[in-house]
Amino acid sequence: MIRLFMAAVLLASAAPVAAQTIAITGGTVALGDGSDPMPGGTVVVRNGRIVAAGMNVPIPQGAQMVDARGKWVTPGIVAGFSRLGLSEVDLSGGLTDDKAESGPFGAAIDVAPGINPSDSTIAVNRADGVTRAIVAPNVARSIFGGQGAVIDLGADMEPITHARAFQFVELGETGGNTAGGSRPSAYVLFRNALREASELRRYAPSLTSSGVGTPDARNQPVVRNPNESRLYGPDAQRSDDVLLTRFDAAALVPVLQGRQALLVHVERARDILNVLGLRRDYPALKIVLVGASEGWLVTDRIAAARVPVIASAVNDLPASFEQLAATQSNVGRMREAGVNVSIGMIDDNDTRYLFNERQYAGNLVGLTNVPGATGVRWGEALAMITSRPAQALGLGSELGSLAPGRRADVVVWSDDPLQVSSNVEMVLIDGVQQPLETRQTKLRDRYRDIDERVLPEAYSR
Amino acid sequence: MVSNKGLIAALAAVVLLLPGCATEQPKKLAPPVRVNLDPYPSTYHAYPGALTAIRNATVFDGEGGRIDRGTVIFGDGKVIAIGGADTPVPQGAYEVDGTGKYVTPGIIDVHSHLGDYPSPGVPALSDGNEATSPVRPEVWAEHSVWPQDPGFSRALMNGGVTTLQILPGSANLFGGRSVTLKNVPARTVQGMKFPGAPYGLKMACGENPKRVYGSKSQMPQTRMGNIAVTRATWIKAQAYKRKWDKYNKNGGEMPERDLAMDTLMGVLSGQILVHNHCYRADEMAIMLDLAKEMGYHITAFHHAVEAYKIADLLKANNTCAAVWADWWGFKMEAYDGIKENLALLDRAGACAMIHSDDPNGIQRLNQEVAKVLGYARHAAINISEEHAWRWLSYNPARALGISDKTGSLRVGKMADVVLWNADPFSTYARPERVWIDGALLYYSANPRLRPVTDFELGQPGEGDVK
Repeated sequence: MIRLFMAAVLLASAAPVAAQTIAITGGTVALGDGSDPMPGGTVVVRNGRIVAAGMNVPIPQGAQMVDARGKWVTPGIVAGFSRLGLSEVDLSGGLTDDKAESGPFGAAIDVAPGINPSDSTIAVNRADGVTRAIVAPNVARSIFGGQGAVIDLGADMEPITHARAFQFVELGETGGNTAGGSRPSAYVLFRNALREASELRRYAPSLTSSGVGTPDARNQPVVRNPNESRLYGPDAQRSDDVLLTRFDAAALVPVLQGRQALLVHVERARDILNVLGLRRDYPALKIVLVGASEGWLVTDRIAAARVPVIASAVNDLPASFEQLAATQSNVGRMREAGVNVSIGMIDDNDTRYLFNERQYAGNLVGLTNVPGATGVRWGEALAMITSRPAQALGLGSELGSLAPGRRADVVVWSDDPLQVSSNVEMVLIDGVQQPLETRQTKLRDRYRDIDERVLPEAYSR
Repeated sequence: MVSNKGLIAALAAVVLLLPGCATEQPKKLAPPVRVNLDPYPSTYHAYPGALTAIRNATVFDGEGGRIDRGTVIFGDGKVIAIGGADTPVPQGAYEVDGTGKYVTPGIIDVHSHLGDYPSPGVPALSDGNEATSPVRPEVWAEHSVWPQDPGFSRALMNGGVTTLQILPGSANLFGGRSVTLKNVPARTVQGMKFPGAPYGLKMACGENPKRVYGSKSQMPQTRMGNIAVTRATWIKAQAYKRKWDKYNKNGGEMPERDLAMDTLMGVLSGQILVHNHCYRADEMAIMLDLAKEMGYHITAFHHAVEAYKIADLLKANNTCAAVWADWWGFKMEAYDGIKENLALLDRAGACAMIHSDDPNGIQRLNQEVAKVLGYARHAAINISEEHAWRWLSYNPARALGISDKTGSLRVGKMADVVLWNADPFSTYARPERVWIDGALLYYSANPRLRPVTDFELGQPGEGDVK
């Protein structure tokens, strides 16, 4: 059955795949926008984009047909917060690119050149239906980790969907430690960093609108990408007590302007409120909360601030004094209060276990049957690992659902994807069918029958 | 027990010499004093439970059996009957309608650090690794266990875990003694100790010991250093055991006690079971040879990420493998992890089980097995759910030496029972009730049957559904 299905797909892949039209028919289709799954739906893909998905979708002439009867079809999983592609082996496995312990830069770091699309971590997660990921660097010497990217998990050499999609900052316990030993210290560092960014000449005119300038184009550059870490002439002139490198200060200009999202990791309820309060001083900040284990204690405030949350899904242990109130009902309670919640994996094997996101989403559904707990409806749970994280970064019109015009990241599953026993049968990224073979599947096949009578295992591959 | 011919020959030589000594000074030998092998005895007692009959549930008995519309009856802490719909229910039994629900033995986690690495994970409570020397068999995990660790109650309520082994960490080649606990809230660790469970010895091979001590420019710094230190330690233990065997037989002056060697002697005598942290196939093979060389048996490898490469060897040595479903790649010795490991081991006839090593993972071991079943099915290896439950209760009970008491629903065994609100291999399923020795210690519909640890009392979220 599976083999027949795959044969049909292989046939389809003979043509230039991205440009072609594919119709996936007969499966239970879930759009990833929070709606319920629809049995017997159709998904049509053309030129790497979704054309249509749902019931009564006309099938274009000449489309490659994929029979998904008995199967489920959803958008690919968007890993809400990860360090995917930055490390092959974390512990004494050589250089990892998730942080620079002794480097001079913080906010200026751009994670993009560190992402290796050939990492086995990417292949393993792709084979489990993860098609995009929000990738952030870890902090090292600064409360600012640097600028994260949104990537695709396609089997090609171009993983970056959006470089410098956000800045990442730690303002909870980790931030306090990084800032020299306290949270208050972290907040001073944060405010000072934004002050230094505001002092940069190329930003100052928009604050004062005085029009002061020189005819020298280098001093009034047209900043197409305010975060390309280049400085011109007078931008080198700053206060004497600067703490940031010039590149770090420049990197914070788009944060200050609200042109780049600011992902802030905090867990404690009071820390969440402190972060929301930053907008009194810096109204343009486009804040996204990450972690937020105690978010349920202050749901009304988060909802009122209209700040999205990329939460850890099932934290329920008082793992630290900033997570004393952790509960698996956290996500459900925030969602009920109207907060835009998605699921991320911060500090939770965020380098390689993104495939667990659907397990977490399933667990949130399971909570709906536990008296006293607050869970999440199935459709919403799927949205939390597909469209919601994309929306949190302002990419909802591009990624994370099967709505027309979205990038065609589509997964065909053997069954309900929130059941961990379901398997992936086909993955499209930008409409391109992806290989599902990994080191793991090859090792499995090599050793599934141990037999050294003829030749050692090293000769089977 | 694996015997050691060299050791036996050496002991025989000692015995042959004895009559001469005995005839010369027969009255000077004081009779041997027995050492107390259980100085921190269990004070666990079963809590009161009602005579209970669960009916119309799907039953996995833990040994591979399945009964649809089954009946499970327990009272006085023991399983009284298990059977089909026609199983007679005793008068006065409290009946639970299990329609649409599942009954299983309680889950047993063979590898946990709850209490030794509790929540909150602050330095003051970090009590899992006595990383002051690579050889520390003298430490006992039970002396670190903080019974107020909230992790225990999460494992009970979300995980359906009724028994667990607490191990010291893996910084050391010899990490110390483990302890097996019943997952009941208690004021003292003795109040949790599983009555009659043998002790375990945590050993480790591979990267952890060499990293921890190598970074201190101390042996072992390499894998060969690991093995050299391990062998040298066993040789000392053999000598120690010879002294004590002689004393226990003939009396005389009591040899000086060495707590470290006491533990190793217990292993050589077959009273203490070896739980060996080891990832790579080649290293496990070396440890199996080492065990033969020194005259002990490895009960189980833990973390055995590459066990699938030597399933035949594990089977031949009667050594179990405790593994994760999908952990891999976080260090080099975990790089070859595959998601079908457990299934391939089982298919090869080796004794295999799931384990957590994690305060979060222990809450979802049923789902971890569900993952394995899914990946196995995808690789055309079909394993039934009732068979897979062996990986969650019966096989861990075997590895802990308690399968005569718990681990499956058999008449006369402890009534360690979980009623699940749906198929426990569904992501959506949760424990509805958990009984330990027949006492109802968790019921999702009853907020009073939801333990709150001292640590959580008066904290935000106290008594919440966690």
